Parts: sequence; C-alpha cells; structure tokens
Amino acid sequence: MTKNNFAVETRGLRKSFGSVEVLKGIDLQVERGTVYAILGPNGAGKTTLVNILSTLIRPDSGTAQVFGLDVVHDADKVRGMVGLTGQFAAVDEELSGRDNLVLFGRLTGYGRKAAYARADELLDAFDLTDAAYRHAGKYSGGMRRRLDIAAAMLVMPDLLFLDEPTTGLDPRSRNGVWDIVRTLVDRGTTVLLTTQYLEEADQLADRLAVIDGGTVIAEGTAAELKASVGSGTVHIRLTKPEQRALAEQVLQRELDAAAVRLHAEPASLSAQVSDPELAARLLTELSREGIETVQFSLGQPSLDEVFLALTGRPAEEEKEENVS
Amino acid sequence: MSTNQPKLLRVLTVSSHPNRPNALSAVLTFTWRSLKKTVSQLPYMAIDVLIFPVIFLLIFTFMFGGAISGSTGNYLQFLLPGMLVYTVTTMTVYIGISIKTDIDRGVFNRFRTLPFWQPAAIIGTMLVNLLSYAAALATTIAFGLLLGFRPEAGLTGALLALLLVIMYAFSVSWIFACIGVVAKKTESITSMTYIVLYPLMFTSNVFTDTSTMPDWLGPIIAYNPISLASTAARGLMHGTATAQDLITALAGMALFILVFAPLTFRLYRQKAKQ
Repeated sequence: MTKNNFAVETRGLRKSFGSVEVLKGIDLQVERGTVYAILGPNGAGKTTLVNILSTLIRPDSGTAQVFGLDVVHDADKVRGMVGLTGQFAAVDEELSGRDNLVLFGRLTGYGRKAAYARADELLDAFDLTDAAYRHAGKYSGGMRRRLDIAAAMLVMPDLLFLDEPTTGLDPRSRNGVWDIVRTLVDRGTTVLLTTQYLEEADQLADRLAVIDGGTVIAEGTAAELKASVGSGTVHIRLTKPEQRALAEQVLQRELDAAAVRLHAEPASLSAQVSDPELAARLLTELSREGIETVQFSLGQPSLDEVFLALTGRPAEEEKEENVS
Repeated sequence: MSTNQPKLLRVLTVSSHPNRPNALSAVLTFTWRSLKKTVSQLPYMAIDVLIFPVIFLLIFTFMFGGAISGSTGNYLQFLLPGMLVYTVTTMTVYIGISIKTDIDRGVFNRFRTLPFWQPAAIIGTMLVNLLSYAAALATTIAFGLLLGFRPEAGLTGALLALLLVIMYAFSVSWIFACIGVVAKKTESITSMTYIVLYPLMFTSNVFTDTSTMPDWLGPIIAYNPISLASTAARGLMHGTATAQDLITALAGMALFILVFAPLTFRLYRQKAKQ
C-alpha cells in the first residue's frame, strides 16, 4: 500500500456508455480529512465519477486511487474503506429503520447481537430511536437522510460519499445533517460531497471542483473560485419593483451589459463589478435617477454566479441524466 | 441536533472492523429480510397463496371437467397434479421482480459495496419464495381433497409430488432471477409471463391428455418442461410414475439450474460494471 496524502487521486479518468462519453479525462486530488465538493448540473458526470471511485463501475481508461489503492485492482480493499449514501446506495424502504441497520450490519459481518447493538446505538445518535420500528419508506426527508448516513457508519468509513445530503430538507434538519458531516470530519473521515446546489458546497466544502460535460472546468477553494470571477458583486433591492427596468438600464449604462442579472425576486438585481469604486458611482447614479433602494451591498459573488461565469448558463439548468 | 454531538462523536469513534460474514450467515440474513417483507405483505400474498389456487381449481374443474373427462370427479383426478405445477409456475415471476426492485431502488448498490458472498442476496430471497410456493400448493391440495380428489398413492405419493413440484418451481425461478437481473423495466418481467409462461402452460398436458391431439403436436407438448413436471407429479400422486418420467423431469430441472443459476450470478456481478 503506497502512502500518500490524498484520499482520492484520479488521472485522466474516462468513461463512456455506448457512444456517450460521460467522463472526458478527470484529474482530481482530494486531501485526507477534508470535505471536497464536486459540483455540477445533472448529467455532468458526478454519479459516474462516484461509481468509479466506489468500485461499482470500471473506468475505460485513466487511473483512480483511494488512499493510494487502485479502484480496479484493489477493489475489495477500497470497498472496505468507503461508505456510500443517497442515490449511490439506498436503504430498503420496506424495512424499518432498525431492520435496515441490522440487515446491513449483518452483511458487514457483525454477529446477531452485535448488529442489533450497533443499530440501536446508531439510531440513538442519529435521533431515530422514536422511528426505529417505522418503515424507512415512511420517513421524512431529514430522517431518511440521517438513516442513510447512519447505514454508511456501521463500520466507520475512511471516505464517505455524500450525495446532495441536504437537498429538500427544512433548515433545522439541514443544520442537523451539516453538524453530522462536521463531526465526521473532526473524527478524521474524508467526505466527498456531490451536489448541484451551490449553497451546500459553499457551506461544507474545504475545496471544490466544478465539473460540466465530463471535465473539471474549475478547481479550488470557494473563495478562490469566487475571486476568479471578479472582485465582487453588488446586490441591490429596490423599494419599488416597478423601477427595476430603469435600474437595469442605469447599471447597463455604467457597466458591461452582460454583468447585470435580474433575480427571481421582482425587486432584486445584481451586477458584477471589477472595482469597488464603480459600486460607489452606481449608487450615486441610481439615486440621481430617483431610484430608491432598500439594500445596496457589495459582496463576493455567490457560487451561483461563479457557475454562470464559468459555463455561460445558470447552475439550475437541468439536463436529464440517463446513465446508470 | 447539536445536543447530540457528543453522543454522535462517541458512536462514530467506535471503530470495529468485523470479519466478512460467511456465506451461510449471509444467506440466512437474506431469508430474514425476505421473511420480514413477506409478513408486511401478507394480505397480497393471501391472494396468490389462497385465493388464486381455489378460483382456478374451481373454474377448471367445473367448467371443463364434464367436457374433457365426462365428469368433474374424473377430471379432478387428472387435473389436480397439473394444477400444482400451474400454480407455482405463475409465482416464479416474483423472484425476478424482487431482484429488479432492489436494483431500481439502489439497495442493490449498497449490497454490492458490502463484503458478503453476493449470490446470497438471490438465494436467500428464493428460499423464502419456496415457502410461499409450498403454501400455495398446500391450499391447492387441501381444496382439491375437499372437492373429492384422492391421491391413489396416498400420503407418501402426495408428499413426493409436492416435493417434486417445489423443486420444479425452484428450477424455473432461476430463469426469472436471470431475467430480473437483465430486464430494463419491471413491466417487461411481468410481460414475460404472458409471452412465455402462458403459451407454455397451454401447450402442456396440465389441462388435457395428449392422446387426442394431432401427431405433430404430441412431441412439442411432451418435451415442454411444464408437461414433464406435471407428468411426473401426476405419476407420483397416483403411483403410476415410471423411472423415465421422473428422470426426464429431474433432468429438465437440473438443466435449468445448471444453466441459469451461474448465468444469473455472473450477470448480477457484472450488473453495475458495464
């Protein structure tokens, strides 16, 4: 076993399904003990990448190592080190939460008694004791996510794959899951997060890679990625939504027209600015036109804006992922 | 949630790495899982295990009995062993559906990352299916007795026939296990019932004696695996089985298992590795 500092290291990873090339040469390095996010829209190749790293499918070419072990040649050893959750490895909806943990525990090698003990211990730690005897199919989103993660914790994985762990959860459950992830990292587990939601990556990840169309189009810390797009963004909220068209004109006059973005909320818009002094001028220009603002702030661009700048389209754009 | 942090940390710090489970305990774990599921689905099971066998036995006995054998009593003596084969044949499709459901729901992926002997997932599930086959067969026989069926070889004959039919169902299950692994959609497994099983069932000797059929049809019917099984079951039930009947039936079953079991395991292992 070759020792190195990386939990995951891939070089030139390629994979096609039929005539569709899903991964077109992925190079990735994930340091041990960190949270690393792989960000990309549906169909970008996230699932395929994780399936290769967790030994479920083989790459066509290129290499992938998990803690220095090759995912093809040392598949059995790699399997013993990784934990899968979410769409990568589901729980059985027709069994209770407790039975699920017992089932996977037994298949991991726990004896009968030990499997029940471990299941109860995990149910307790993940706040699922009250729902222990309910079918997993009837769990709420947050409970389901916790059961998912608990199932991957029967034996502590060194590398945990998390798939959109907080998507669709209410804020309280979301904080709960984030706490779990942070606890795991404190304990030394490396977490590889895949998501199409930028907020999730922003909240949790130390570093992230943006993949689109089967290649890594950007890599770095969230701050680095944001800085690469521009020094900042002004976020403006108007008192009167009907003045937005006028405000947009003002902004477009002062800045590059492509830098202005209208938000879904009818009184909001934002613009990328290369220079903080420009922002000050914008505020003056707006008030000269008689446009009142509730909020005028200069901040770092959100990852959403980074994604837009990198790919030329918003992150939410959906493409059907029809590979398995 | 944050109040749970210390507890969480403690649970996550425990790092025991148990040895991989042996094949037997993996199989038993899957029979346990399958039993748990069966119990929660008892109402649906009752339809297959209790209601269908009774309804079909009634329909065939009273609608066709007079026309085919001159009297319902005579016909029942002929029909019942074949009905046993018919009943379980339609049930073999379930193993395919349960394998396909595991694959679709992603539980399969979790199984694949765990260090147990993978065929246990299929074998364990199948063992529990054998119990439901046995239950359906028991219903058919019990109801048959009520209608006046009498096994001429007595209890021993009946039990041997039962055993043979269960072995037959086990062998056919492998075909559907195999289909379950490769099928693109669950619906395509169920439609196999209509495309393959029903034509085979009606071109067998389950319902009628082959002696009145044209010469060209005889051999087709004789080597239909459903006919082989029902001839053997009929023979055991009434004490008229020849060694050749039994050998051909068992050889057919062995052939199914030898071809489809290894194929299923192979395809199952390769499933996610395209």
